[in-house]
Amino acid sequence: MAILTLEGVRFRAGGAEIIRPCDLALAEGEYLAIVGPSGCGKSTLLRLVAGLERATGGTITLDGRAVSGPGLHVPPEARGIGMVFQSYALWPHMDVAGNVAYGLRRRGLARADRAARVAEALETVGLTGFGARRIPSLSGGQRQRVALARCLAMRPRLLLLDEPLANLDTHLREAMIDEFRRLHRTTGTTIVHVTHDQAEAMVLADRIAVMGQGGFLQVDTPATLWREPVSAEVARFVGKGQVLPVEVVTPGALAEVLVFGRPARMRAPAGITRGPALATVRAEDILREPGGLPARILDRQDTGAAVVLTVEVVDSPGTILRLRQTGPVPGALGEVIGIGFRDGWLIRDGGAEGRGTHSVRAEARVSAGH
Amino acid sequence: MTPEPLAAGQARRPFPAEALFLAGLGVFVLALCLWPLGRLVATVFAEGAGPGARFIAEVWASDAARVATLNTLWAAGWATLLSLLLGGGMALLVTLVPVRGRAVLVFLVILPLLIPPQISTLAWLSFVGSQSPLWALPGLEALRPRGNPLLGANGIVLVMGLEHAPLVFLALRAGLRALPADLIDAARMVGATPLSAVRGIVLPLMLPALAAGALLAFVSAIGNFGVPALLGIPGRYPMLTTLIYQRLSGFGPSALPEVAALALILAVIALVCVGLQALALRRLAVAMNRDAGVHRGFARGRAATGLGALAWALMIVVAVLPLCALVASALVPAVGVRLSLETITAENLIYVVTGLGAAQRAFVNSLGLAGATAAITLALAVPLAWLIVARRSTVARGLGAVADLPYVLPGIVLSIAMILTFLPPLPGTGISLYNTIWILLLAYLARFFALALRPVIAALTQLDPALEEAARMSGAGTVRRLLTIVLPLLAPALGAGAILVFLGAFSELTVSALLWSRGSETVGVMVFSLYDEGNATAAAAVSVWVLAIVLALAGLVTRLARHLPEGVLPWQS
Repeated sequence: MAILTLEGVRFRAGGAEIIRPCDLALAEGEYLAIVGPSGCGKSTLLRLVAGLERATGGTITLDGRAVSGPGLHVPPEARGIGMVFQSYALWPHMDVAGNVAYGLRRRGLARADRAARVAEALETVGLTGFGARRIPSLSGGQRQRVALARCLAMRPRLLLLDEPLANLDTHLREAMIDEFRRLHRTTGTTIVHVTHDQAEAMVLADRIAVMGQGGFLQVDTPATLWREPVSAEVARFVGKGQVLPVEVVTPGALAEVLVFGRPARMRAPAGITRGPALATVRAEDILREPGGLPARILDRQDTGAAVVLTVEVVDSPGTILRLRQTGPVPGALGEVIGIGFRDGWLIRDGGAEGRGTHSVRAEARVSAGH
Repeated sequence: MTPEPLAAGQARRPFPAEALFLAGLGVFVLALCLWPLGRLVATVFAEGAGPGARFIAEVWASDAARVATLNTLWAAGWATLLSLLLGGGMALLVTLVPVRGRAVLVFLVILPLLIPPQISTLAWLSFVGSQSPLWALPGLEALRPRGNPLLGANGIVLVMGLEHAPLVFLALRAGLRALPADLIDAARMVGATPLSAVRGIVLPLMLPALAAGALLAFVSAIGNFGVPALLGIPGRYPMLTTLIYQRLSGFGPSALPEVAALALILAVIALVCVGLQALALRRLAVAMNRDAGVHRGFARGRAATGLGALAWALMIVVAVLPLCALVASALVPAVGVRLSLETITAENLIYVVTGLGAAQRAFVNSLGLAGATAAITLALAVPLAWLIVARRSTVARGLGAVADLPYVLPGIVLSIAMILTFLPPLPGTGISLYNTIWILLLAYLARFFALALRPVIAALTQLDPALEEAARMSGAGTVRRLLTIVLPLLAPALGAGAILVFLGAFSELTVSALLWSRGSETVGVMVFSLYDEGNATAAAAVSVWVLAIVLALAGLVTRLARHLPEGVLPWQS
């Protein structure tokens, strides 16, 4: 049974639609990441679940009990959800143990039980013995752990994480990602994790919900999201997919297409028809191919593990593509090379965007721009 | 394009603008803000530390001084408690509960800050005095007081408490605005109700802000002259400020050493409070080192609506009705006449500006003094603030701290210091500034320089230093940068600062009470002396004019608020 269900949940504020009707069902023990560019509404959606904002429509159900709906709003303190804030929101006038114990006191636990639960929570996050420390004396990573311990002490069945890693440096972030995976494994808590970093989401989540303009664009496993994005927007957001105009010649699960007049084979969802369409291609799937599509090298970037070549299609000035190759890669700036496409995925909703070559060109330029 | 050659500019000796600014400002601040206070100390300790201390002990030993000191502390203490309850409660309410018409409500709460104390006192006297239209309301006739219900300690506590509530309000509101909303949300996520979140999280974190606000209210109360002058002198409840005033006006300059000692006692109490307040604010800064969104208020509901209605009702009774009563008492021909369509008249209002010579002079003097004070203090505040913020000059920061002294010390202390300094003829001229309008101007400049400096510093601090650095990279020197980059960007803040200084100086009473003379009357003094002479209607009429000018200017500056950097206006909602 789903532990969290959203049905048509929406939120308007100041006359603007912040959250368009959203549906979601989350299984117990699942790790869901919500990703999207800043301002897409992902934090607001989390605050709706928490009860810190009041939904203007739809129903939110927690473990079979409606907590938000028409004429119903269970306040956050009565929902029993844990939440880690982006800023950690540690109370500066209490020490570490005081922060962790605060909610237990609200719940009326006896002193001894409280102390045991605090010690246990601090141990879980690796901060045993930190109880008497003042908040200002803690590092960023330690604060993060205290915030987490404060939630875990309440033993919530649902844990909300609002950009919990955004304020940490790269090194600490990786350590905390491992920590979250371990916590999720050992406690079995259901987690909803909001982040703008899709790489973070990919590593952590069982499922990822991609948000844009206040609504879900796609909710799928990381692998599906990567291989089969439903729209150009999702393709571009997840793994910097490049979106190209193509011409479908023979539809099918592995369709025959023409890319700038050259034949290639690409995977396709059901319902793709002959004619112009959009395809998403990963930088890894564009290869150098002698006699292939002529492209001029504009830039090369040596990342150590691989070389990323930025090329412009000679026949279609303005169409910029990136190739990612491992091993020694010859090719100087300005040189014209041949390229080919090893794999690609046709986008179902690309039909509308795909009509009219001119707009498609513009589309391709925009997609390659970053 | 051809690149320009590097280092082509002349390595000419730069115009020593900074050094000149610093020298000029140093002379101004030290001569007006520090030297007079030094004279005050020197007068008491004229014969050395031992005799000076003995002299203070002698003054202190007199019954009058001891009673006045105890009265001052007692009344100021209770008034501060009232300020704390009203100002603190309103700050919590307007910040944490979504109240209807929040901006107007905030304006009503800070309104007493804009209205000089003697006018607030008159307003309350008209509101609850035996002649008030209030008692004509059905059912209230039985409550009509015999004499003046506000005379004495209780009235002083009430009016001063209300008068200084905005100080607590502003201190707490500033603290609450710096309180990250997350901290409250986090408490609710672990099961705290709104009320227990306020008790367990908000109030403990706001203790320093509350302490700072309360200390500020206390300092203002012990230095207040307008309220005890109107309620304490006739009510035979002497306080330090009124005792100093009565001694000096009764015995003349011969009483100077004694009142200097009394002023010193007052100054020491004030300085201790100001020091504690600075400590409290520093603790607040440590707790709130992060800026985050302000809490948008606990969810709407019946409780929120009820609290909002209560707040509105309270502010209307406390802030609006007394002023209405004051206006009403200015619109009747004489005290005791009931206001009706038959009796209403604008005669008093017209008389005080056309027929009453002293009042006419007072308006001209006060407008001129306030205008000159605003212009001069702002002109000097810009370079000093720039030296403090942009150049990080330690000397300039020191001057800024010294300039604070005449503003935080009770006004009556400053006026005694001014008399001691400018009563003797100016060196080499044989001219004494005492009994001229110039001593008022100098006192106002000393008093309000800090008020002009604060908004300019606030605005400059928020100015990206890169803007000036870019001008420097484009080859602009110090003066050019100040004129073409800094000044235009500061313009809105300067306008607001000028209005704030003007508002303060225009209706000033405490400093002026001892410095005015025939021919150099000010409106603040006029209200007080007209009432003192028994001409309550004329006093009310002058008050109504002052009120109109003050409210118009406050309205103007509030409309300007959108264009102002944060922290320039003390009452941004």
